[in-house]
Amino acid sequence: MSGKTMDISINLNGKRVAASVSPDLSLLAFVRAQGCKSVKCACETTNCGLCTVWLDGQAVLSCAVPMARANGHAVMTLEGLQAESADFARCMAEEGAEQCGFCSPGLIMNVLSMEREIRERAAAAGEEPQMPSDEEMDSYLAGNLCRCTGYTSQRRAIRRYMASRFAACAQAVVAGQEE
Amino acid sequence: MLRFRKGAQILGGGMWMRLSDRTIPCVIDLSDCGLDKIEETEDEYRIGAYVTLRDLECAGVLNDACDGVLAAAVRDIVGVQFRRSATVGGSVFGRFGFSDVICALLALDTEVELVEAGRVPLATFIDMPYELDVLTHIIVKKHDYQASYQCLRKAATDFATVNACAARWDGAWHLAVGARPAKARLLSGAEAGVVSAEPSCDELAHAIEAVRGLTYSSNLWGSERYRRHLAGVLAARALVEAARYTSPEGLEAARAACAREEAIR
Repeated sequence: MSGKTMDISINLNGKRVAASVSPDLSLLAFVRAQGCKSVKCACETTNCGLCTVWLDGQAVLSCAVPMARANGHAVMTLEGLQAESADFARCMAEEGAEQCGFCSPGLIMNVLSMEREIRERAAAAGEEPQMPSDEEMDSYLAGNLCRCTGYTSQRRAIRRYMASRFAACAQAVVAGQEE
Repeated sequence: MLRFRKGAQILGGGMWMRLSDRTIPCVIDLSDCGLDKIEETEDEYRIGAYVTLRDLECAGVLNDACDGVLAAAVRDIVGVQFRRSATVGGSVFGRFGFSDVICALLALDTEVELVEAGRVPLATFIDMPYELDVLTHIIVKKHDYQASYQCLRKAATDFATVNACAARWDGAWHLAVGARPAKARLLSGAEAGVVSAEPSCDELAHAIEAVRGLTYSSNLWGSERYRRHLAGVLAARALVEAARYTSPEGLEAARAACAREEAIR
């Protein structure tokens, strides 16, 4: 750190937070200092996904975002998405998709982001949101390291969650069960 | 400011800068300068330097035009969250040897646009010294591309041990090989001995020999010998996948030629 500070202001979980910080302070360190302890510090090399937050509605790794860049933007952590995450948390519990639970906050943030992206892409194409393929799920889960589940139960939880969110997905699940 | 403030650096995605152990006295962030768009003109695609790798992956029109190689090249780079921050400009300006993006772009008809130096072919740019200049756009010219990107990773999301991209445009093949681990190198179809649209087994053998004739070295991801061998196989596979063989027999023979090269003897 250089010792110099800059005044920043971000919208954290819907509330404006202003502070004087070192410009190279990571968003991860900042949100944890603000009490958002769901955002965990693990690898700090952008590999594990435990520090996933939403920056302007997009899932990013907060360990790689300097506060100078987060300044003026909206940041959302799991603390600000309690209602939205409850449905997926239920799916995880029902499918046994968490064991030690350490990776869960990052995973939940990423899956909720995946749902938004699927919804937005479908809306842009004028189509109904579709169930993501296993390949698409793996592409998302690659950014969240989990050393307990082997990802099988997490995929099941994502399928169950997407089916509960999108009508077309639910129909696909029912059709699959009838076969 | 970049020229007159010693040690000043442009901040791209910031993914690598933060891992370095040094003090950067002045960081210039251009992320609000409108360089985060992919624009299409009559004869080219202009990719802003701040377009993220995720945007590049999801750019349907651009990927359709480039036979999907750009999406294929970035798909295995860490995770979606990483690719939402890492920028194309940061990947290209850094000229990292392991870069998947550079390898794919190099095989296409690509130029970079710099504020001072103007437009420069990517193949020239990657050998230029690290001048104090600002990369604003990466330009992919429109052609009827046939292309394929191939790489080998020891694990999903790891760096590529070696990567290769073959593209045919304007009636000629272009073959890029990266992660040697030095910067990617481009071979023209003539240099690689591949001329026909549907490369024969002999042509594939020449291409393999030419690719294995490049310089390779060893690091944690693989030995020089291992890389040299893999590069030949991946380049041949890229050629076969990119070529649109009209007969199943021709495709089968080409795949068999690749398969014969797989075992290290």
